[in-house]
Amino acid sequence: MSNLEKYNAAFMECLEITEGQLAGLKYQDITAWDSVGHMGLIAALEDAFDIMFDTDDIIDFNSYEKGKEILAKDEYGVEF
Amino acid sequence: MERIWNLEEHKGKAALIDEFGGELTYEALNSKAHNLAGRIGHRCLVFSFCRNEIGSVLGYTAFLNHGIVPVMVSSHLEETLLNNLLGTYSPEYLWVPADQVEQFPEMCVEHEAYNYALLKTGYEVKYSLYDELGLLITTSGSTGSPKLVRQSYTNLLDNARSIAEYLKLDHTERPITTLPMNYVYGLSVINSHFLVGATLLLTDKGLMQKEFWNFFKEKEATSFGGVPYTYEMLDKLRFYHMKLPSLRTMTQAGGKITPELHEKFAAYAEKQGKNFVVMYGAAEATSRMGYLPPEKAVEKKGSMGIPIPGGKFTLVGADGQKISEPLTTGELVYEGKNVTLGYAECGEDLIKGDERHGKLETGDMAQFDHDGFYYIVGRKKRFLKIYGNRVNLDEIDRLIKGEFEIEVASAGVDDHMYIFVTDAGKAELVRDFVVNKTKLNPVAFKVITIDGIPKNDSGKTLYKELAKYYE
Repeated sequence: MSNLEKYNAAFMECLEITEGQLAGLKYQDITAWDSVGHMGLIAALEDAFDIMFDTDDIIDFNSYEKGKEILAKDEYGVEF
Repeated sequence: MERIWNLEEHKGKAALIDEFGGELTYEALNSKAHNLAGRIGHRCLVFSFCRNEIGSVLGYTAFLNHGIVPVMVSSHLEETLLNNLLGTYSPEYLWVPADQVEQFPEMCVEHEAYNYALLKTGYEVKYSLYDELGLLITTSGSTGSPKLVRQSYTNLLDNARSIAEYLKLDHTERPITTLPMNYVYGLSVINSHFLVGATLLLTDKGLMQKEFWNFFKEKEATSFGGVPYTYEMLDKLRFYHMKLPSLRTMTQAGGKITPELHEKFAAYAEKQGKNFVVMYGAAEATSRMGYLPPEKAVEKKGSMGIPIPGGKFTLVGADGQKISEPLTTGELVYEGKNVTLGYAECGEDLIKGDERHGKLETGDMAQFDHDGFYYIVGRKKRFLKIYGNRVNLDEIDRLIKGEFEIEVASAGVDDHMYIFVTDAGKAELVRDFVVNKTKLNPVAFKVITIDGIPKNDSGKTLYKELAKYYE
């Protein structure tokens, strides 16, 4: 699985959504992406990429696109 | 005359500060509350739509302090549930956020302040209100059950005073909102802090949002409250490494925190010179009944503590006798002036007086240790706490049966509900329905299809036999 596939899979599984809903999706756009869903999503991404997010990045992570930007940072080094 | 708070005595001190730069002094809050209450002009029922915003707190303060009885509802309450509540209690007014006014096209706006509007409902039926009735609040906010708890002015004032005493609150406190005000725990923060002239920091942002923490740091919040799930999130956020010099106190209620997390936060607080205060309460006791003094947080992990000032606990065994031996399980009974009047299930109940006389059988099973500290060990009643929200399982069954006309039984543990059905084809629909009704995160709900719902000879569901599927 490519990194993008892994990233998308974590979203789709945790938030119970389809691939078509991913682009432009923001925190609190849907019931499933509330604080509870966010915690699950963060845990799933940490597992998928074997990383540990910094506190600042967890709270900065407020959209599908923003998450990719964060993961691409040097400390996580996930290339999309 | 003011029923609860003497707001004027705190004069130019900030009462409310919001995340958008809004600020209201105690003087201004008092005069705007007078205006709003004056606009209504008489004792009646108002549905107060709650958000952590200045307009919402202003409305609540105006109503409660001037003898107008608010029904505290979430501004996100699902439409049919809201209509059911409105139909049941027939309020004379609604106090709603400006962006929700269009939901009620048949009502006219009579007053506006701070992005909130006062709507006159035009309902013909008016129910009589008991003289001491202060406010009404749901027991299970999420299922919108028409059952409300009737809280008196004495209940509210007594509980607020007791909380201010055991948390040692003063005017320098700046609690930040982390709980909704249609939830008794959230409301108790407002009630107790207004008594001492403290400043409330209002935000509807959550712990997982940067805006929350920026506001927290910029306005130097001194305390916050959380349900068990809040502390799981803070743990995940690696809260222990955050630099929060202004923070003095963290309180926890709304269900039992795991002993592991209790220990972690107690140790963090001890090391950092902060207080971690585990508390115990229920809407039927206004808000708080017990608290674990912060200096005992490490030593007594897993305990919810001792009765609040002015309160008393007793344990009653299955034989109806009072338990005097430590480490023996019995039903927890609480006595105090904060024990509420009783429930209302229909408009005619609003005239009812005090039905509890200061004594509440909590439905929680508990023990006390050799030092007199109490531990909750189980629950007598059929409800779960989902992310701190009390969700009545029988109510869920009733809603599902009403919608789908199928066999159903729900059970589970806190934060995880299991709904058992016999019709596999309906499983997904049932789950979507419950998620939509409760507005809680879908992760909390699982639907399991089984061959038959276990029942005894008289047709009563045997919920204990379902436990094998999730334990």
